[in-house]
Amino acid sequence: MLILATLVVFGLLKLMPGDIAITLAGENATEERIAEIREMYGLNRPFLVQYGSWLAHAVQGDLSKSLASGEAVAVSIARSFPNTLLIVLLAMTLALSIGVPLGLLAASRPDSVLDRTVTSIASLGIAVPNFWLGMILVSWLALEFGWFPATGSVPFKEDPLKSLHHALLPALALAAGGVAEVSRQLRSSMVEFLSSPPVRTLHAKGLSPRQILWKHGLKNVGVNLLTVATLLFNRLLAATVVVEAVFAIPGMGNLIVNGAVHRDLPVVQGVVFVMVLVVITVNLIADVLYTVLDPRIA
Amino acid sequence: MGGLFAWLKSDKRAALSLGFLLLLVLIALAAPWISPYSPIVQDANLSLAEPDAAHLLGTDDLGRDVLSRLIHGAPATLYASFLAVSIATLIGVPVGLLAGFRGGWIDDGISRFIDALLSFPAIVLAIAVTGALGIGLTNGMIAVGIVFSPQIARLVRARALVVRQELYVDAARCLGASNTRILWRHVLPNAIQPVIVQVTLLLAGALLAEASLSFLGLGIQPPNPSWGSMLARAYQNMEIAPAQMYPPGLAILLTALAFNTLGESLRVALDPTMKR
Repeated sequence: MLILATLVVFGLLKLMPGDIAITLAGENATEERIAEIREMYGLNRPFLVQYGSWLAHAVQGDLSKSLASGEAVAVSIARSFPNTLLIVLLAMTLALSIGVPLGLLAASRPDSVLDRTVTSIASLGIAVPNFWLGMILVSWLALEFGWFPATGSVPFKEDPLKSLHHALLPALALAAGGVAEVSRQLRSSMVEFLSSPPVRTLHAKGLSPRQILWKHGLKNVGVNLLTVATLLFNRLLAATVVVEAVFAIPGMGNLIVNGAVHRDLPVVQGVVFVMVLVVITVNLIADVLYTVLDPRIA
Repeated sequence: MGGLFAWLKSDKRAALSLGFLLLLVLIALAAPWISPYSPIVQDANLSLAEPDAAHLLGTDDLGRDVLSRLIHGAPATLYASFLAVSIATLIGVPVGLLAGFRGGWIDDGISRFIDALLSFPAIVLAIAVTGALGIGLTNGMIAVGIVFSPQIARLVRARALVVRQELYVDAARCLGASNTRILWRHVLPNAIQPVIVQVTLLLAGALLAEASLSFLGLGIQPPNPSWGSMLARAYQNMEIAPAQMYPPGLAILLTALAFNTLGESLRVALDPTMKR
């Protein structure tokens, strides 16, 4: 899976038109200089050999060096990743803790005013560009009222409170789409469950609607919720790339965007590699959790 | 055609979304003629002017008319979205048909590949591609299209898999129809409805991807306007002129909302199991 995914990235970057060696050498470079660069980065070797050598190094934690700063890519990533992870995890927490109750509320009275309001807010949340939402939050809550710092981040290990204070606005901006996604999915699977035959039995047994919703309902849609949460994590990880730019957070997004602007290929490949690795790991964890939640799947 | 009108009449939200999108396409096509000013001519005396009768939405930091830039941003934004989604469809439909109709090891291989690509964060790959090939809207949107293609392929594959085993396909085969004819006459028409729905939803995704790329400076290049690049400029002037970020942001929000709403309505209208 990982091999396939990285091969796709590597292949795409190679297949696209344009010669990386010429770009690296800069404009007006002599033929000799271009040939020299090709030699230096092994660009004249066959594609699969290039990929094999890159992968062999990558699995050992060697992601080559940045062309711009000369720093080992693995070191830059190790420094940036915690910043990104903090925001993503915080956004995940926000999205689930707001989205789940909203979805349940909407499902408990389908087609009521409440349900329609939640559904409309959810459509807005999915369509809003999260970096724009981030800008609005900064402009009001940080610049106008001064409740939050506008930019930057503080490492969690140094000062957890301050670090969360910095991370809250970016996480809120990220979480909007997540809240919408979670509440929508949860609502539809819960509405389906509530209209299923077992629920009639529960009613007949004299359970209150609230007990049915929170106790039996949540247990039954747990598997769906896990799917939603896994997808959500993947989406948040991608979306944070742009949101980091708004808040000037030195995370993975900043790393890859700067890498792209300076055409720093090792950095770009390294970040993509680590992100794919994280996505795959999270999916694996989810697969294990499925069997815990629902023994029938194992 | 009559069915279309009946549907739009019964579904107000779909009608509103479709109307909005058609209007947007019209504005994009007529941009050079209807915009009050040039989108790129600068006026140093008019930096960050408040909205007034001459400049309905004010001017940006270089004294350019915001309304004109908004109007001229529409073609770039729509071009980018349609480019990405066309590529996704052109790759996704044949690949999905092949996997679903052929089955066997071809299907196994393609499905593996689809799963791998589905776990990919689209915007991250688009950034990576612009990093390798040079910054530009077209490069980025081609990458977005490639990352979106498995979503179409997966749908088409699922439909083709079902249709392949239908009795009428067996009948057609007995009558001597070739594989091409079966694919064209029977499988494709059955797979087209979910594709239409997905395409509409992907257009919203592509729109947001374009806005993000241009916001990061990796998409459209100055002085040409797109809604995303207008947001990037607004971001730089956020402390002195916070109002600058609302026109392009609202334009993106409303367009994405219209695509999504239309897609959801189409899903309900086209799916026979969801008919009321």
